[in-house]
Amino acid sequence: MSTSTILVVAGSFLASAVEMVEALTIVLGVGIVRGWRSTLIGVGAALIVLAGLVAALGPALTVVPIETLRLVVGALLLAFGLQWLRKAVLRSSGYMPHHDEDAAFRRQREQAAQAGHEERAGLDWYSFTVSFKGVLLEGLEVVFIVISFGTAQNQTGLAAAGAAVAFVVVVGAGILARGPLERVPENTIKYAVGLLLTSFGCFWGAEGAGVDWPGDELSLLAVIAFIGASSFVLVRLLRRRLSPRPVEAPA
Amino acid sequence: MKYIRSFALFWWNFIVGDDWRVAAGLAVALGLTSLLTHEGVNAWWLLPVAVVLLLAGSLWRETRRAS
Repeated sequence: MSTSTILVVAGSFLASAVEMVEALTIVLGVGIVRGWRSTLIGVGAALIVLAGLVAALGPALTVVPIETLRLVVGALLLAFGLQWLRKAVLRSSGYMPHHDEDAAFRRQREQAAQAGHEERAGLDWYSFTVSFKGVLLEGLEVVFIVISFGTAQNQTGLAAAGAAVAFVVVVGAGILARGPLERVPENTIKYAVGLLLTSFGCFWGAEGAGVDWPGDELSLLAVIAFIGASSFVLVRLLRRRLSPRPVEAPA
Repeated sequence: MKYIRSFALFWWNFIVGDDWRVAAGLAVALGLTSLLTHEGVNAWWLLPVAVVLLLAGSLWRETRRAS
């Protein structure tokens, strides 16, 4: 198994796990307060839409020439990954609050308890729409990452397997914990995912633009190290900027 | 019209996000890489350097507002 294959599976697993933890928090928050029937139907409907999207997009992308695909996927991953990395650096340096799954869960429960009761098609409409939207939006990111990782590296099966393992792990842990997975080091994982998405975007984007990487796939590790080290330096600089300056004693 | 606007806004937020300058900078860096490569220069170094500079610039703008 090559370096990039391992990184594709790891990246797909981590990114999917983080998104699924967030979706699980929404589903649990609604389901516990308002009941499970409509909530789970909403989850099922979102999963059907996502599966349809994968079934339509996956084969369509295989007809695009690999160089063009890598350029487009690389550009999209760069734009998307840099958003994750930027937020991760802001969180690590103290400029943005850390994502707190427990607080999100409590907020979700409060909103679910306060929402009115409207029934449509025999469903509690609030439970259905909130769980549908939550799973669809978080799932779209998973689909985007899995398809882009898979098609650019020609290993859609392995990328999908990474996401499937994440699904089993997160849902299994959610059932066992019967609550939000607040102990998952979500902010650290998001940092790692942002770094991986940006580095893969850099690697494939440049390849798609015609670049011949020295050392071929090994240079991917060098790109990860370079962007990772640079982002750590940025975290340190921002932390120093944020820390209160010592007050000078009056003369 | 409202749905088209929401749809476009969703994809804008999904891909471009909070700082459009980063996305624009990436487009320029990719274009420049392609141009140099087609001129015979193997510009593998350009994109990683551009990414770090764009990230630093975006963070600088964001934190300057917050400080």
